[in-house]
Amino acid sequence: MSGLRYVYAVCRPFGTPLPAQLTGVAGVPPKQLVHGDLVAVVGQVPEEDFAEGPLRAHLEDLDWLGATARAHQNVIDALTVVTSPLPLRLATVFLDDSGVRSMMEEREETFLRTLDRLDGRVEWGVKVYSEPTEPSGETSGESGVSGGLGDTGTRTASSPSPGRAGSGRDYLRQRRNQRKESEEKWERAEEFSRRLHESLSGYAEDTRIHAPQNSAISRAPGRNILNAAYLVPRTESEAFVELVDRTKDDAPGLRVELTGPWACYSFSGEDA
Amino acid sequence: MTVVERREVALVDLLDRLLAGGVVITGDLTLRIADVDLVRIDLNALISSVNENVPAPWEEML
Repeated sequence: MSGLRYVYAVCRPFGTPLPAQLTGVAGVPPKQLVHGDLVAVVGQVPEEDFAEGPLRAHLEDLDWLGATARAHQNVIDALTVVTSPLPLRLATVFLDDSGVRSMMEEREETFLRTLDRLDGRVEWGVKVYSEPTEPSGETSGESGVSGGLGDTGTRTASSPSPGRAGSGRDYLRQRRNQRKESEEKWERAEEFSRRLHESLSGYAEDTRIHAPQNSAISRAPGRNILNAAYLVPRTESEAFVELVDRTKDDAPGLRVELTGPWACYSFSGEDA
Repeated sequence: MTVVERREVALVDLLDRLLAGGVVITGDLTLRIADVDLVRIDLNALISSVNENVPAPWEEML
């Protein structure tokens, strides 16, 4: 059999055949490669796309990256239904089956330990966003002025018009208030996120904080403040989801988003 | 269980996990594409895909 081997995950033998219609990366149905007490879930992929050079080039192409990531996730999702897989990093490619076997042999002990730790667990993702506020008038041009006008009463000479002496001050007060409101909003948002993370951590065996997502990339409205992952036993998932659900109402101006259940991507490391 | 909105998984959420999570295997047996390189590739792809003319919405608040 020619072609390279794309490995999705390593699992304990799960004794269930994968769904017949399941396809993965490159449109190829994944198969199970049993070695010792482990199963690697593997798909054959063409060298012209997955050898180091072409793969590197493809990964710079967001459409290709997105399609490949979804195909990878498709297989992991199917595995999550029947077992608690240990997912591998996207685009882990071997030259042949014997390379996959050697890797499993070498890392058997670590894999088994991690699989035990993740057995019966899933990952939930929770994000908090600050809802975007309405743009509040002009946002530029006044920065050089504000310093000089801090000490009120000495600026008659520079007042634009004696008849509207109060307007500059009013404007600045308004600006100050807006800035203060904005700062208070961030403080509230961070405080909310901190408390939410604390209470969710109580239900989780482990947590990871991911970097906040850039909204220009995610296209999600508002600013991402918290982007966290929680390792939760399947049996506790219902309570976890309900807890997240309840918090959604006590946060005006904030948005809480739940994703999952995921395979335990964020908790697959040995140090986890 | 409470009904959770299951819209299509957002690509960023997926990449948060597939490019930053999962077991990293490097060595002679694999092609050398895993780990740090992949994250850099991810960022290059994402950044080049974002239209520079689309301002980040929060900038108006700062």
